[in-house]
Amino acid sequence: MTSEILQLLISGISQGCLYGLVALGFVLIYKATEMVNFAQGELMMLGAFVAYTFLDILQWPFYWAVLATIFVMAVFGVVIERVFMRRMIGEPPFAALMLTIGLGFLLRAVAGAIWGSDPRSITTPYGGGIFSIGDAVLGYENIAIVIGTAILCLLLYLFLRYTRVGIAMQAASQNQLAAYYVGIPVKRVFSLVWAISAMIAAVAGILIAPVSLVDPQLGFIGVKAFAAAIVGGFGSLPGAIIGGLIVGVAEQFAGLYLPPGFADTSAYVILLLVLIARPEGLFSTMQKKKV
Amino acid sequence: MSEGMANSTPMLELKNIETYYGPIMAIRGVSLQVFEGQVVSILGANGAGKTTVLKTISGAIDPQKGQVIFEGKEIQAWDPDRVARLGIAHVPEGREVFPFLNVEKNLLMGAYTRKDSGVKADLAMIYDYFPVLAEKKEQAAGFLSGGQQQMLAIGRALMLRPKLMLLDEPSLGLSPALVAEIAAIIVRLRHEQGVTIVLVEQNARMALDIGDFGYVMELGRVVMEDTCERLKESSDVQEFYLGMKDEGVREVRRWKQRKTWR
Repeated sequence: MTSEILQLLISGISQGCLYGLVALGFVLIYKATEMVNFAQGELMMLGAFVAYTFLDILQWPFYWAVLATIFVMAVFGVVIERVFMRRMIGEPPFAALMLTIGLGFLLRAVAGAIWGSDPRSITTPYGGGIFSIGDAVLGYENIAIVIGTAILCLLLYLFLRYTRVGIAMQAASQNQLAAYYVGIPVKRVFSLVWAISAMIAAVAGILIAPVSLVDPQLGFIGVKAFAAAIVGGFGSLPGAIIGGLIVGVAEQFAGLYLPPGFADTSAYVILLLVLIARPEGLFSTMQKKKV
Repeated sequence: MSEGMANSTPMLELKNIETYYGPIMAIRGVSLQVFEGQVVSILGANGAGKTTVLKTISGAIDPQKGQVIFEGKEIQAWDPDRVARLGIAHVPEGREVFPFLNVEKNLLMGAYTRKDSGVKADLAMIYDYFPVLAEKKEQAAGFLSGGQQQMLAIGRALMLRPKLMLLDEPSLGLSPALVAEIAAIIVRLRHEQGVTIVLVEQNARMALDIGDFGYVMELGRVVMEDTCERLKESSDVQEFYLGMKDEGVREVRRWKQRKTWR
């Protein structure tokens, strides 16, 4: 019994990390630019396909392929910002929202056209190995997800807290006008935010590929991640990760202990419960943000 | 002061600026000149277009017509961060600080454009000007009082080592004691740092006391311009902006009196 709970907890955490990473992408872009990027899940899907291309088609060594994927996705993020999103500055929020939804459709279609809609899997050096704690069995892929997420969060934290550009990014998201007046190039900061979000999506794509087959529909995980972001307070970076973990763990337990169907809806049940009990999310920022 | 400088070229010049907010023309052809070392005050009632003039200078709003010339360069319609890099620091109305960053990080963000090594020394200087900021340097700026936030906004602008400072309503919503304190700081800045200042104020007395040259704006136009000394003498400014009343002319009804510029 305890090992069963342990097992569920562990798989829930690793699944939750993935939700958390996608949620992190949502929140980063929202905080900085006040736009919601509904194509965040599709960016992750694209990251997984790009990784597949480098690893299994081009046969690059694993670590080089990872770096190349992150780089390609960062450039892609900047391109999206420069070509599409920059025109949305000053437009009504729903315009930007519709644009990103459309972008999501486009990316799914393009990915289907390039890589086909058959599910693919990528080969990793850590694939297939298992690790057991008592009766609980843990795939190396799942451990990689947790470690990868932890490293990414640490890097992001250090970047935002201690680098000049990171602090400028916080400044621009807290008060755009004042950021402009002190000479922070706000538009370039937006590009950077998109680059970082796309890089996070790339990492999420690389991490998810070994545990879930890669196909153009992979991006729909973004819907659950969006729920996770709201649970976490939509605007809090640690909240995004914790929201992801809550959703991931709850999903695993609902899958085993509740009637069929509850696993997939549990994310939204939690979302509803949180919105009723604490409409501002679990980790809302302490004071209302000035626009 | 401006008399002697009349022949030299101005540091900042606005030529016939017209700026719109959507379909509304907020500034209808404003021209003004600011010479190095001057404090230039812009007075006017609510909605006269004072803030819009500053925003047009710093690039937050693009003018439809006219030129903004700073040190010989035409800078109208530049992005605000590029204008800031020329050494123009805008302290906007309403104490726009970065609420979740602490005081020290707010100040350091003011030096974002600088690459030189004097940032530490300047930080010490700001703390010397505003000792209260030194006490609260670890606190999030959002938790400061209104007056402290205003000081932080001014201090942050100084961290840019500006050649020109645009101050928008620094006295707004502050107690008379704080207004006097801010005014004293502005005078000190001008003498010790040699900063040229454009001051927008509704508090006409403060603006005329510390300014060298003044412009009076009404409905998007400059209706009077003169040295602050002479503006203070003007009966219109006394009546409409300083609230003084000539006891002798009780018969002249206020609403019948015409301003000389109409």
